[in-house]
Amino acid sequence: MQIVAKNLTYTYNPKSPFASHALQGVDLTIEEGEFFGIIGHTGSGKSTFVQHLNALIRLTGGSLTVGDYDLSQKKCKFIELRGKVGMVFQYPEYQLFADTVEKDVAFGLKNFRKDLTEEERTAAVREALETVGLDFEAIRGKSPFEISGGQKRRVAIAGVIVTKPEVLILDEPAAGLDPLGKQELMELLHRIHGGWCKTVVIVSHDMDEIAENCTRAAVFSEGRVAMEGTPAEIFARSEELFALGLDVPLTAHCAMLLKERGIDVQTNFTCADFADKVLALWKAKGEGTHAQ
Amino acid sequence: MEAVRFDNVKFSYEQEDEYAVNGVTLSVAEGEFVAVLGRNGSGKSTLAKLINALLVPTSGKVTVFGMDTSDPKQTFEIRKSAGMVFQNPDNQTVASVVEDDVAFGPENIGVPREEIGKRIDFALDAVGMQAFRQATPSRLSGGQKQRIAIAGVLAIRPKIMILDESTAMLDPRGRREVMEVVRRLNKEQGMTVLLITHFMDEALQADRAVVMHRGEVVMDASPEEVFSRSAELESYNLTLPRAAAICKRLQAAGMPVGNAFTAEELAEEICKSLQKI
Ligand SMILES: Nc1ncnc2c1ncn2[C@@H]1O[C@H](COP(=O)(O)OP(=O)(O)O)[C@@H](O)[C@H]1O
Ligand SMILES: Nc1ncnc2c1ncn2[C@@H]1O[C@H](COP(=O)(O)OP(=O)(O)O)[C@@H](O)[C@H]1O
Ligand SMILES: [Mg+2]
Ligand SMILES: [Mg+2]
Repeated sequence: MQIVAKNLTYTYNPKSPFASHALQGVDLTIEEGEFFGIIGHTGSGKSTFVQHLNALIRLTGGSLTVGDYDLSQKKCKFIELRGKVGMVFQYPEYQLFADTVEKDVAFGLKNFRKDLTEEERTAAVREALETVGLDFEAIRGKSPFEISGGQKRRVAIAGVIVTKPEVLILDEPAAGLDPLGKQELMELLHRIHGGWCKTVVIVSHDMDEIAENCTRAAVFSEGRVAMEGTPAEIFARSEELFALGLDVPLTAHCAMLLKERGIDVQTNFTCADFADKVLALWKAKGEGTHAQ
Repeated sequence: MEAVRFDNVKFSYEQEDEYAVNGVTLSVAEGEFVAVLGRNGSGKSTLAKLINALLVPTSGKVTVFGMDTSDPKQTFEIRKSAGMVFQNPDNQTVASVVEDDVAFGPENIGVPREEIGKRIDFALDAVGMQAFRQATPSRLSGGQKQRIAIAGVLAIRPKIMILDESTAMLDPRGRREVMEVVRRLNKEQGMTVLLITHFMDEALQADRAVVMHRGEVVMDASPEEVFSRSAELESYNLTLPRAAAICKRLQAAGMPVGNAFTAEELAEEICKSLQKI
């Protein structure tokens, strides 16, 4: 499903002294099949935007379509849409509530897949928990409160992917995870991306994460899209990113410092590519000297 | 002076034989900036809570500026000396207006009214949130809330500041600002800092890095030394700072570059190596 937002606006507490113009005309198209990154300073509207995508926040200005769903229409099938566009909130583990892991994960199914039998439901829960790397038999009966923080995060994600949403949106999914946890989460997302999950949208403050994982990204600022493109295109504009209160991946920072000293590393800013390009420069230079 | 001392400290939450902190001996001098690294579940938060007497050791002894944390009469003084900023931005604010929230700590410890205003100013400036003085914490995004929480701790003017993954939710500028504040408090006011973090680049700013694994302190050295022992680090499921990882890759391919931990150092090493040819 293609996502098209046009001139999307949203204001919290309109007509009050606390009015907050969170979105001020977002134009953005996310194609089916993308692994899309959203970056931007705190308060730039990222969470407000992504919550529009499965109608958790109802459209009040502009237009938004997700596949065939036109969210500006009152008769839009919002419940059906939510089954197809899964949303993992920031720190989703704080929203676990059921007395067992199994019930928590199954909750999503009861809402969106009323047609399933008991067995089918159990099978779906098993698959979701196994997909996030948990042992179904070992964890199904546990209380969400007696498992570790990393496991809770996985259970919360399982509760969203149990409906096999075509579009999976994750709002700062790796925040607070340790380095290995982050790496495992990204591997998990790549594993499901391209299967039933066609499109992944992640919100992240980690520029390296965006550079390493995303096909394209958008930079939010003051409720608008300030930049859009491949990570290579975006991170080549480091001055602008700094001005927006953001950062660049370490590789981009290093490439910038090298450029100031006359060394041009043409890289897409992933660590592997950066190292390869530096090695290529080194080898080329070595060969050059030998030839002389 | 010794700010914090752990003498063979063990702590278990429930089962007698499962220790979240398992025989830690550690001494932190006043004015030191210590980063604490380790996987989730390795005991970092438990260690932090043992310092400000939120938890008391099952066995062994923790002292904070000489005060024994297991002595209830000292608890108030200890909490005043060791301020803690937590991980979750959503349960750290108490008031409905930012400045009241920041004032909550100092009011609780009996700071005079005139002084409280100054402290709020200082604390909000320090975290770059002065403009939000009259705002409602619940209306702020996660990162903004966290900066208010840090301001709340700063307003108590503790001698030790413990940050338990407090930058996890911040945007890059927020992280930079907080780290700048932390560094400045440490360098200019001699504040002892314990920074629990998963960001390896933050650990590089500390004087010392302590690695925890299964409740034990398994590495304790300068950040540069810790990150030079990469195989050991990996055995504790930690990763290198990105610059160090790239550097290792270059070295493995035979390129003569010295160790580098930051973008600046890496650029310098690459430059030197290319110019040598
Ligand atoms: N529930 C809310 N009530 C009022 N204002 C809000 C609410 N949520 C967010 N805002 C405001 O809307 C703006 C955008 O917030 P948000 O979408 O959460 O940004 P981001 O996710 O990029 O940090 C901010 O100014 C924020 O303070
Ligand atoms: N309130 C608690 N009750 C029981 N066990 C806990 C509690 N808090 C932490 N633990 C356990 O203690 C160990 C250390 O946890 P913690 O100190 O939070 O680690 P870290 O901060 O490094 O992630 C973990 O095994 C964790 O499950
Ligand atoms: Mg957000
Ligand atoms: Mg912790």
